[in-house]
Amino acid sequence: MAFFDRFKGKKREENEEKRKEANIKAEEDRAEKTANDEAKEREEALLRKDQGKEGEEERKENKRAGFFERFKQSLSKTRANIGDKIVNLVKTNKKLDDDFYEELEEILIQADVGVETSLELVENIRKSARKNKITDSEKVMDLIKEETARILGVYDTSLRVETDEKPAVILVVGVNGAGKTTSIAKLAYRFKQENKKVLLAAGDTFRAAAIDQLQIWADRVGVELIKHQEGADPGAVVFDAINAAKARKADILIIDTAGRLQNKTNLMKEISKVRNIIEREIPSAPHEVLLVIDATTGQNAVSQAKIFKEATGVTGIILTKLDGTAKGGIVLSIAKELNIPVKLVGIGEGMEDLRTFDPVLFAEALLEAGEENE
Amino acid sequence: MAFEGLTDRLQDIFRKLRGKGKITEEDVKVAMREVRLALLEADVNFKVVKDFINRVKDRAVGQEVLQSLTPGQQIIKIVYDEMTELMGGKESKLNLGSKTPSVIMAVGLQGAGKTTTVAKLAKTLVKQGRRPLLVACDVYRPAAIKQLQVLGEQIGVPVFSMGQNNPVDIARASLHHAKSNNRDIVILDTAGRLHINEELMEELKNIKEAVNPDEILLVVDAMTGQDAVNVAEAFNNDLGLTGVILTKLDGDTRGGAALSVKAVTGCPIKYVGMGEKLDALEVFHPDRMASRILGMGDILTLVEKAQASFDEKKAREMERKIRKQEFTLEDFLEQMQQVRAMGPLEEILGMIPGLGKQLKGMKAEFDEKELAHIEAIIKSMTPEERRNPEIINGSRKKRIARGSGTRVQDVNRLLKQFEESRKLMKQITDLTSKKGKKGGLPPIKFPF
Repeated sequence: MAFFDRFKGKKREENEEKRKEANIKAEEDRAEKTANDEAKEREEALLRKDQGKEGEEERKENKRAGFFERFKQSLSKTRANIGDKIVNLVKTNKKLDDDFYEELEEILIQADVGVETSLELVENIRKSARKNKITDSEKVMDLIKEETARILGVYDTSLRVETDEKPAVILVVGVNGAGKTTSIAKLAYRFKQENKKVLLAAGDTFRAAAIDQLQIWADRVGVELIKHQEGADPGAVVFDAINAAKARKADILIIDTAGRLQNKTNLMKEISKVRNIIEREIPSAPHEVLLVIDATTGQNAVSQAKIFKEATGVTGIILTKLDGTAKGGIVLSIAKELNIPVKLVGIGEGMEDLRTFDPVLFAEALLEAGEENE
Repeated sequence: MAFEGLTDRLQDIFRKLRGKGKITEEDVKVAMREVRLALLEADVNFKVVKDFINRVKDRAVGQEVLQSLTPGQQIIKIVYDEMTELMGGKESKLNLGSKTPSVIMAVGLQGAGKTTTVAKLAKTLVKQGRRPLLVACDVYRPAAIKQLQVLGEQIGVPVFSMGQNNPVDIARASLHHAKSNNRDIVILDTAGRLHINEELMEELKNIKEAVNPDEILLVVDAMTGQDAVNVAEAFNNDLGLTGVILTKLDGDTRGGAALSVKAVTGCPIKYVGMGEKLDALEVFHPDRMASRILGMGDILTLVEKAQASFDEKKAREMERKIRKQEFTLEDFLEQMQQVRAMGPLEEILGMIPGLGKQLKGMKAEFDEKELAHIEAIIKSMTPEERRNPEIINGSRKKRIARGSGTRVQDVNRLLKQFEESRKLMKQITDLTSKKGKKGGLPPIKFPF
């Protein structure tokens, strides 16, 4: 909504007008193009599917495949969507004209990057192409990569769990169905692999069987869970869990919370209260407040990040379900607009499928697919 | 509330149009460009936006529109029509065949809200006098079966489960179980899965083959972005969906998925999930939703909700009071308590035509504790003061504040709110009586 307001400067407005006109023209032209492209895309999609299958078999044989490969494999869908399109675009548009940039914009919008961020991203690429006297669209690929990596890469993505005072407390928050509980299980597994003593707290006392769900995970991973009954006060659970963690000398305490939509004022107050309780018991905690966001989420993810940040002081994002066809573009908007880094990504159902987010890798993986397909 | 952001954008755009006596083709173009951006920002699918804009543009630049006396209104009408059409035109009911038991199958991605939704659906069907059986076919997610059992218990609907067995066998067995236990609808809760997971999609096909469902409903999170159409298309291609249930529409999403899914799959949205409570499942009305998106309010839903939760006699009395402007603080208190029974106030007031915008500033002021304060304040007044708040002067205010454990500012605020709601009610009564005369809407028995 604020998009137009921010472009209030007069000169900008004029430019906007021009660009919009060009936009419409370009759109009409493109309508014809897409029909042809679609058939081609379908063929390519089939090809990719086969390749994806092979990839999976390979993965089973060699579970310890290099991290980079694994990450890229899981992102193949993302790449297939954004990457291929961009590579296609580069191939069909040899010249860097308005058409090219308009189409680039469109591709980004379709990847859930958001109108505002897309426009800005394209504008930056356009400027830097002009400055560096790049006229060949092939070379602009590098610019796109650089620019996405720059937006995503200026933050520290490591988790702050090496604290002087034990335990390090991680609070996990998010809307309903984002994947909090599963992410917590994966996170606990990850720390366990690092020989840390982990304790979980079942702070979701609202949803039916949420406690049982976390209990099953805790048993699988082999960590202890502090829980109360369903319907209990989450604050009380957290209070107990912190004391238990101190008594048992746990290295890390991970707190699950009930999913809540960010516009439910009272529920947001409740979660602020949970944060306050943690702070009161351990002044330096929570050391991390991780917001879990489903990668299929559209522009609403920005609102989620914003409001959860206000209520709980989010320090990082876990982006889940990146193994679907979701394009994950919203990451760019969140990083840019709210300065919240993505710290972890969920890329599958397996216990080990929670990875550290690597912005450079992400940007590269995002754009490299097409090149591999050649 | 969902769509709010989109509503704001569109209202701004249309305000500009409405003000103009004469509209040129260029004006239409400019407005449509902005509508396009507004829809894109609301996560409406890219291709759907393109088609939509083209259709509206084609109709809007026609001679009779631009030369009519109220071209702005005409264009809004066109957008409203097209938007209604985009979302499916009319509401679409469940289509349960004659065989017993009927079978409903819920499918979707992980975390879309399937389990909660099937429980809500079962509750809705019980209210209609049916005897549903919930079936736990999600054998993968830890504690999914337990979750369904807990929900089933809460709504008093039996749950059929066979542990971590093959879901196809579970589905098949559930039919026998339903027959021998006199249940007439079987609702299958399947595991969440990615639409590109071929193995699990195959499993759904097998379930479908085994039980031949009357309805295959895709459960879609209303916050989904551009990917919503990919998901819906994939599920539709593999299974032949009969409908969609949109969940989490009580969030502040701009709801583009709602506008896209029907357009892409041709499957109507049958229900929408509007809250965490198990009765928060509503029939989806495309026309009313379009009206809400365009900021035109949704008086029909409001009336239905009101009728469902109000005492007819009381309502009549209240209506009389409002019309005669005899509305007192006591009524105000009672009113607030009753309105709360209808659902979140913000949502309810948002349905009143033309109010969406004005409510912005008010919404934070209503919450649960606030209501308790208001009650205390009103109860600290004398009967005379309640009937006639004009007499409340400075010293009375001090006394009331002391009596209710609040501050004078709080008393002031309540009095102001009361004054505002009096005005608001006057607006509504004026509005409804006007509409009634025109015959556009049925005469509304407004319970305020």
